[in-house]
Amino acid sequence: MLALLRNEKVRGILYQLITIVGFVALIMYVAQNTAHNIESRGIKSGLDFLNTTAGFDITETPIAFSPMSTHWDVFKVGLSNTLIISFVGIILTSILGLIIGIARLSSNWLISRMAAGYIEIFRNLPILLQILFWYNIVLAALPSARNSLNFFDHIFLNKKGLFVPNPVFEDGSWLMGAALILAFILGYFINKWAAKRHDETGQEFPVILVGLALVILLPLLAYFISGSPMHFDYPEASRFGFKGGKTFTPEFLALLFALTIYTATFIAEAIRSGIEAVAKGQKEAATSLGLTPSQSLKLVVLPQAVRISIPPIINQYLNLAKNSSLAAAVGYPELVTVFAGTSLNITGQALEIIGITMLTYLIISLLVSAILNWFNKKMKIKER
Amino acid sequence: MAVYQLKTAKEPPSLERGAIAWVRHHLLSSTFNILFTALSIYILYIIVPPLLNWFILDADFVGSKKADCGGDGACWVFIREKLKMFIYGFYPESEVWRANLTMALAAITIALAVIERTPKKVKIASILILPIVTIILLSGGYFGLPHVETSAWGGLLLTLVIAAVGIVLSFPIGVLFALGRQSKLPIIKTLSVFYIELIRGVPLITVLFMASVVLPLFFPEGMDFDKLVRALIGITLFQAAYVAENIRGGLQAIHSGQYEAADSLGLGYWSKMRLVILPQAIKVAIPNLVGSFISLFKDTSLVMIIGLFDILSMVKLTANDRDWLGMSTEGFVFVAIIYWVFNYAMSKYSKNLEKKLNTDNRD
Repeated sequence: MLALLRNEKVRGILYQLITIVGFVALIMYVAQNTAHNIESRGIKSGLDFLNTTAGFDITETPIAFSPMSTHWDVFKVGLSNTLIISFVGIILTSILGLIIGIARLSSNWLISRMAAGYIEIFRNLPILLQILFWYNIVLAALPSARNSLNFFDHIFLNKKGLFVPNPVFEDGSWLMGAALILAFILGYFINKWAAKRHDETGQEFPVILVGLALVILLPLLAYFISGSPMHFDYPEASRFGFKGGKTFTPEFLALLFALTIYTATFIAEAIRSGIEAVAKGQKEAATSLGLTPSQSLKLVVLPQAVRISIPPIINQYLNLAKNSSLAAAVGYPELVTVFAGTSLNITGQALEIIGITMLTYLIISLLVSAILNWFNKKMKIKER
Repeated sequence: MAVYQLKTAKEPPSLERGAIAWVRHHLLSSTFNILFTALSIYILYIIVPPLLNWFILDADFVGSKKADCGGDGACWVFIREKLKMFIYGFYPESEVWRANLTMALAAITIALAVIERTPKKVKIASILILPIVTIILLSGGYFGLPHVETSAWGGLLLTLVIAAVGIVLSFPIGVLFALGRQSKLPIIKTLSVFYIELIRGVPLITVLFMASVVLPLFFPEGMDFDKLVRALIGITLFQAAYVAENIRGGLQAIHSGQYEAADSLGLGYWSKMRLVILPQAIKVAIPNLVGSFISLFKDTSLVMIIGLFDILSMVKLTANDRDWLGMSTEGFVFVAIIYWVFNYAMSKYSKNLEKKLNTDNRD
């Protein structure tokens, strides 16, 4: 018997059996208690609540919503707001992070120190504090609607938010969309052709310039051919604030600014460490081959730096999406605020609602890590 | 035979010497650089003087009420008057010495942990004893100390308690999950991976909601958890997953020869891990661990959303005082400075550590 216990395999199986029994016992204990508690407190259970009327309104609804809508609609509105703020935040933070990261590496001492100062300040402050600061201090100090800050007569900024022109697409604007898609497809093939020609003949082709021209010119051409089927809806001052245009609420702006500024520090650091991680010998080898500094950066340093920088950057994008849940502190109606907040308070079904919320974030995270794994595999150094 | 005397080298041209050369190379090396330098000086000119005015030159430092703050700058009188709130929350004034003693003990423990010469056993013992002493001191009820409800704990004290408990408790749990994830036993491995990925995939706020709203449903009626304890459970379980990933990084950096050497010495699994693998893995993981502790320290501010009064929520509470309306800017800035000092110190410490450990490994 003792000899059996000394056998590693037997012991392994025993350990696992104990774990399984313990785990199952815990689950059963918890399930039993939960069932009992739910019954004794008179809380409903199950997912039926998703089809009941929510009975409250939401300030920002990218999809149709009214107080008569169901809690499932609340979930959809919350999720779309989460995705919207994450999407806009990711674009802005990428731009800001890139600028700060490059500035951090600048040979200009002043620029590099200022970028370092920016990173050190904002990285070390809690994101929640930054959100609250933007919301309660900066945006609250803006002038009232009557004295809005006026940019070019079409963009207004005041206590109630940011008012910008909104593009309105009419019939026939599909041609512009089609042109844009066509431009991307053409760009893809031009890129392929240019790479092939470069391999064969060594001739360079200005792919980026041509691609950019295509993306801008083709939709523009389509715009005129199809008879200008798009115009802007400008915000106009009325007696009660502004009419028309697109409104960004202070809640959205506070969250966006804080997320952008906070995440940009991490992206800047990822870019810096990626570029610094490229071995010095690589740059020296490029110089000894006669490449100019900009060629060495473009052809030797950046392709290697990207491999190191992109995974942490994608992780930061994911962090930004997860941090957007802090909107609960200012009341921007994203998933946690409206679904895990208001809907939970109304229905009282905490277990189901928080479970669904966690599951949603989990799915987003798993999708992102699937993309990351694919990227890492693609970028893996192919050693011969 | 001619004897050649070594000639002393000529000094570099005056433009290539000293401060002038430094300015030329670092600020004015090209047209672009000159432009950038001018731009940065302009940005600094826009930002720094108003901030300086607000912080110091126009600020009011003396007085005891709002009327003493007449200037355009900050009203630091407010912070001085409310300092007790910011640091202790609603902790009863007669018992504040206990909070002070706890923080002093924590400072000593940190000093012991940071100083290299301290024997390892003393370090570990002090870190393990601290939470117990903290709970007895702060909560009371023993040794004639009057009991203080956790709802009265607040401010910086609460923030530090949450951070310290989260760091100390999450560590052993994290190590177990890291070992589980690296284990050859399929069931243990699956459970560990499942737990780590689940927690890392969701935002902390949902875990805190889970801990504060759903957790009470999991246990028999009458088994009532304190609000603070629930938050601590949530934060610890959350942090454990991140600690586990950091430790796993360390484990993966250990050469397989180390495992084989331990095996060939006849060490069993636990002795192998305890004596050979983990000491090396944790050492490698320390910089990342400190990084995740910094995140935890920042994340403690989230307990505000589930209704605990940490230092960040003190900003709102103190600014709601009728005698001090409109002082939230000062509150935010003060709290920001406190967070910043703690986090900056930690990140500098981790940078130093990283440098030191790097040279240790590279020979």
